[in-house]
Amino acid sequence: MSEHTVDWTRATAARMADALAAGEVTSVELVQAHLDRIAAVDGPVHAFLHIDAEGALETARAVDADRAAGKELPRLAGVPIGIKDVLVTKGLPTTAGSRILEGWIPPYDATVTRRVREARMPILGKTNMDEFAMGSSTEHSGYGPTCNPWDLERIPGGSGGGSAAALAAFEAPLTIGSDTGGSIRQPASVTATVGVKPTYGGVSRFGAIALASSLDQLGPCGRTVLDTALLHEVMGGHDEMDATSLNEPVPACVDAALEGAQMDLTGVKIGVVRELSGADGGYQAGVTQRFDESLERLKGMGAEIVEVSCPSFEYALAAYYVILPSEASSNLAKFDSVRFGLRVEKTTVEKTMLATRAEGFGDEVKRRIILGTYALSAGYYDAYYGSAQKVRTLVQRDFDAAFAQCDVLVSPTTPTTPFKIGERIDDPLAMYLNDIATIPANLAGIPGMSLPSGVAPEDGLPTGFQILAPAHEDARLYRIGAALEASLTAEWGGPLSAQAPELEVAE
Amino acid sequence: MSSLERSDVARLAALARIDMTDADLDRLSGQLAVIVDAVAKVAEVAGEDVPATSHPIPMANIHREDEVRPSLSQDDALAAAPEAEDGRFRVPQILGEEA
Amino acid sequence: MTTMTYEQAMEEFDPVFGIEVHVELNTKTKMFCGCANEFGAEPNTQVCPVCLGLPGAMPVTNDKAVESAIRLGLALGCSIRESSRFARKNYFYPDLAKDYQISQYDEPTCYEGSLDVVLDDGTVVTIGIERAHMEEDAGKNTHVGGTGGIQGADYSLVDYNRGGVPLVEIVTKPITGMGARTAEVARAYVATIRDIVRALDISDGRMEQGSVRADVNLSLRPKAVAGESQDDVPFGKRSETKNVNSLRAIERAVHFEAARQASLLLGGQPVVQETRHWHEDTSSTTPGRSKEEAEDYRYFPEPDLLPVEPSREWVEELRSTIPEHPAKMRARLREEWGFSDLEMRDVVAADALILIAATVQAGTTAQAARKWWMGELSRVANDREVALTALPVTPDAIAELQGLIDEGKINDKLARQALEGVLAGEGSPAEVVASRGLEVVSDDSALEKAVDDALAAQPDVLAKIQDGKVQAAGAIVGAVMKATRGQADAGRVREIILQRAGVEG
Ligand SMILES: [Zn+2]
Repeated sequence: MSEHTVDWTRATAARMADALAAGEVTSVELVQAHLDRIAAVDGPVHAFLHIDAEGALETARAVDADRAAGKELPRLAGVPIGIKDVLVTKGLPTTAGSRILEGWIPPYDATVTRRVREARMPILGKTNMDEFAMGSSTEHSGYGPTCNPWDLERIPGGSGGGSAAALAAFEAPLTIGSDTGGSIRQPASVTATVGVKPTYGGVSRFGAIALASSLDQLGPCGRTVLDTALLHEVMGGHDEMDATSLNEPVPACVDAALEGAQMDLTGVKIGVVRELSGADGGYQAGVTQRFDESLERLKGMGAEIVEVSCPSFEYALAAYYVILPSEASSNLAKFDSVRFGLRVEKTTVEKTMLATRAEGFGDEVKRRIILGTYALSAGYYDAYYGSAQKVRTLVQRDFDAAFAQCDVLVSPTTPTTPFKIGERIDDPLAMYLNDIATIPANLAGIPGMSLPSGVAPEDGLPTGFQILAPAHEDARLYRIGAALEASLTAEWGGPLSAQAPELEVAE
Repeated sequence: MSSLERSDVARLAALARIDMTDADLDRLSGQLAVIVDAVAKVAEVAGEDVPATSHPIPMANIHREDEVRPSLSQDDALAAAPEAEDGRFRVPQILGEEA
Repeated sequence: MTTMTYEQAMEEFDPVFGIEVHVELNTKTKMFCGCANEFGAEPNTQVCPVCLGLPGAMPVTNDKAVESAIRLGLALGCSIRESSRFARKNYFYPDLAKDYQISQYDEPTCYEGSLDVVLDDGTVVTIGIERAHMEEDAGKNTHVGGTGGIQGADYSLVDYNRGGVPLVEIVTKPITGMGARTAEVARAYVATIRDIVRALDISDGRMEQGSVRADVNLSLRPKAVAGESQDDVPFGKRSETKNVNSLRAIERAVHFEAARQASLLLGGQPVVQETRHWHEDTSSTTPGRSKEEAEDYRYFPEPDLLPVEPSREWVEELRSTIPEHPAKMRARLREEWGFSDLEMRDVVAADALILIAATVQAGTTAQAARKWWMGELSRVANDREVALTALPVTPDAIAELQGLIDEGKINDKLARQALEGVLAGEGSPAEVVASRGLEVVSDDSALEKAVDDALAAQPDVLAKIQDGKVQAAGAIVGAVMKATRGQADAGRVREIILQRAGVEG
C-alpha cells in the first residue's frame, strides 16, 4: 500500500501520534487530510461552526519544524483537534451556539484551550452545539442542527452533537466536549464514539461559557478509549483560575486504558443500577440487548456483577431541571448588549436589553431562563431550588451506598438510539428524558464514560454503554471501558465507528 | 403547587429582560406550565433533615493571593463593545423619557 | 402641607433608623480577580475577563479581602461564622458587568456584633450590628447630555475599573430611642466606622472618594401614649437614602428625611417605602425606585465559589491584631497624657494621635511628642503639602531627637537643624548631629575661654554683675552663644560667668 492511499482520518489519535513521532507522516499532512474531509462532508453533517484552516496549518508547520529539529514534543503534538464552541478561544470566533454571540472574538483563552495549545495540537475549528449547551439534539443551535453521520436524518445527540459527529464523520480524531447533564456521554452514545465527563473539578472550567456552574464539566471525546484517555490527561489538572478546580494530580487515564486492554477484570465488582437498567420499561429493546451482552462480556473477563438500587434517582431529573435553569438564568444575564455580542438598539438601555435578549436567544434558552427565574424568585426558592439541592444530597447518598458495594456502576447511556430531527422539538419534556441516565452523575459530581456497545438490531443505530465511578476515580472508567472495548472490537474486527455508512462526499 | 400562569410568564420574562410578544407567551406558557408541574416533585422528598448540596465536591477556602495580574488593554476591553466612546462602553439612556 | 423642622419632627415622633456602610478595602487587587484596585486610572484599563463579565470567566476570592473583612468584623464585636458563603444578587444594570453582584446573603462571614459610639459630650451609645459581609463594587456610569445627571441624559458611558473592587457592607440593627440625638448618633456612628477601618489599615477611609459610603434608613412612629411602651409601637414605613458621602451629609440627610416624613404624616399623607437619592447641593433627597416595584434579587449560593471557613486559630490570630476602639483609645490617651480637650481635638484632626502615641511609646513625654508633631513637623508637612504620616521621619527618630535634648547634648535650636537633616535623609538624629557637628559645647575650658573673651570685650558688664546686677550676665551669655554658633549650653555658660565675676548664682 503506497503512502498516498493511507487515509489518516480513519486512524486513531494514538496511531497518529506514533506515526508523527516515527516520521511516517507530518502534522501538516494530518491537518490537511482532516481539512479535506471537513470540506468533503461537513456540508450535510454540519459538525463545525467555524474552521480555522490557516491557524491549524500554522501550528502543524511549527510542530513539524520542531520535530525535524529534534525538539522534545508532547505526546499529541501535531494531532488535530476540534473544540466545542462553548470554550473561548482567543482570536477565534466563539458563540456557544447562540446568535447573541455571533461574531464575538474573545480576548482570552480558556484554560483548556491554553492546554491544548501547549500540547501543540492544531485546532481545526469550533464544533456545533445546542445554544448555550441547552439540549440533547443540537437542534437548538442558533446556527442550524448537526446531523448524525450514521443517519443524516437523525440527531447526533446534544449538546455536544458537533464534537461527536465530527469524530463519527472522521473530521477530527479528538474533540472537546462539555457535560452538564450528559452533553458528552449522550452524543457519544448515539454516534458510536467515546466520551468522558471527568470528576467535577477535574478539568478547569475557566473559559468555558457557563451553563450551570455546579454541574458543568469539560471532558474529552474520541473514537477509542485510549484516545480519550490521552486527551483527558492533556485537559485535566489543577487551575488556580477556577476555584472549584481539584488540587490533585490528573488521574492516570492512559495507564488505566492500557491495563484494561489486557481484558482481565478479575476482582472487579460492577454494579447495575436497577433504576437505570430499563427493568421498568421505557428502554428500546436493542439498547437493553446490547447492554446485557456487554455485561456478559465483562463477566467473561472476570468481573463480578451485582445489582444495586438508587431510589432517589427518580427525583434526579426534576432536581436537574430546577438547578440547571436556575444557575443558567443567572449565568446568561451577562448577555445584555453592553460589553459584547448582539445589540438591538432601542431608546433606553432597559428596552435595548429586552429586545436584544428576545432576538438573540432561542426558544429553549428562553424557556429555561424563565423556568430558572421562577425557581429562584421570592416565595418559590425553598420549594424549588432549595428542595432540588436536597435531592442532590439524596442522589449523592445513593451513589455512596452503591459504591460501597462495587467499584463502578453501569447502565445504558441513553434509553433509545438517535431519534429523528424534529421529532421531539416541540415536546421539551420528552427531550429531557434523553438524559435520565446521565444526569445523576452531574448532580453528584462523579465521573462517567459512554462507549459504544453495538448497534440496535431493530434499526442498525448505535447504542451506548455508560460507566460511572466514584469521585476522583476517573481512571476506573478507562480500565473497564478499555476492557469492554477490546472485547467488542475483537469481535467486530475494528472499532464500531468503522461500520458507519459511508457519507456522500462533496466535490 | 399551582401551575405557572401566562401572567406569571410575562412577569418573569420582564424580570429576566426578555421581551415577549403575545405569540411568544402563548407558545411558551403552556410548555412551561407542564415543565413546572413536572419538576415540582423535588419538594416531595426534600425533608427538613436533609442538608442542601450546592457543590458536588465538598471543598472550602480556595482563595488567591492578593497579587496584581495583568489587565486587558483598553482596546482589548472595548474591542467587542457594540458601541464605545472615550474609552468607555456606551449605552442608551438609563432612565426613559417618562422617568 | 405643613412644613416641619427636624426639632419639631422629633417632638412629635419617635425616630427609628439604621445605617448600611460600604467600606472599600485597600487590597492591592480586586475582590475576585487580579486587576489592580487603584483609584483614578484611565477608564477600562483595570479590567479583565472576570471583572468585565466576559463569557467563560470565573471569580477567585482575594485572600486579603477575606482577612480584612474578618478583622473588621472582629473590631465590630461580631461573631465569625465557621462556614459562610457567597451568593449572587441578580439584577440588570449596565454598571454591573455580570448582571449579578457577588455578595453574601443568608450566611454572611461576620454577624451579631455591637459597637460603642462616643458622642461629643462623652455619652456612649451602643449600636447593634446585624452583619458585616463581603461583596464586590459596581462600575461607574457617566451620563452625557442634559444636566449631567442620570435624568434627562442622552446616553451613558460605563467604566468598569471600579467593578469588582472589594467592599464590606456593615448593616446595623434598627436603632431606637435616640430621639433628637438621632442625627448626631448617625454621624458619630459613621465617623467611628471610618476611624476603625483606618486604624485597622484595611481602607483609606476617604468618604470624599467614596471609599466609605453610607445609606441611611429612617422611619418615624408615633410616640407611645401613657401606659404604653414605646417598644410596642410598630415601626413606620421607611425611606432609604443612598450614597450619603460625608459626615455632615449624614446629619443633614437625617434632618431632611425626619422633617419630610413628619410633614407628610402630620398632613395625613403616607410615607412611601422607597429608596431616595441624596443631593449634596440642596441638602435634600428625591425619590428613586419605590420598594413596591422593587427587584426580586433571586439570591442563591454562588456556585463558582466555595465556602469561606476560617479556622478558629486564624480568627484568634486576627483578633490579636485588632486595635483598640478609636474613641476609647482617645479617651484613655487624653487622660494618660493630660491633654486638654482642645489639644486632643487638634491632635485628632491633624491625624497625629497614632504618631504621638508611638513617640511616647519610644520614651518621650506626651507634651514633648505633641510639641514636635503639632509644631515643627506639622509646619513642614504643611509646607510640603503632605500628610503628617507621609513625612520621612519615624516616631522613634523624634523620640531619639528629644532624648538628645533631654541629655543636654543639643538644644532646641540645634534639634531643629538635626530634624532638618533627618527629613533630608541624612540619617538618624544622632548621626545628623555627629555629621553636621551640632553637639553642644560642654568642654569647660573652651567655654571659659569664650567667657573670658566676652568679659574682656565688655568690662562695663562685668562691673554691673559684680555690683549685684546679675541679670546683666545675659549679655555675656548671648555673646558666648554667638561665638560658639549656638552650640554652648547656656546654663553652664551663665554659671561660669558668675564664677568669674566672683558672685554666687
Ligand atoms: Zn479584573
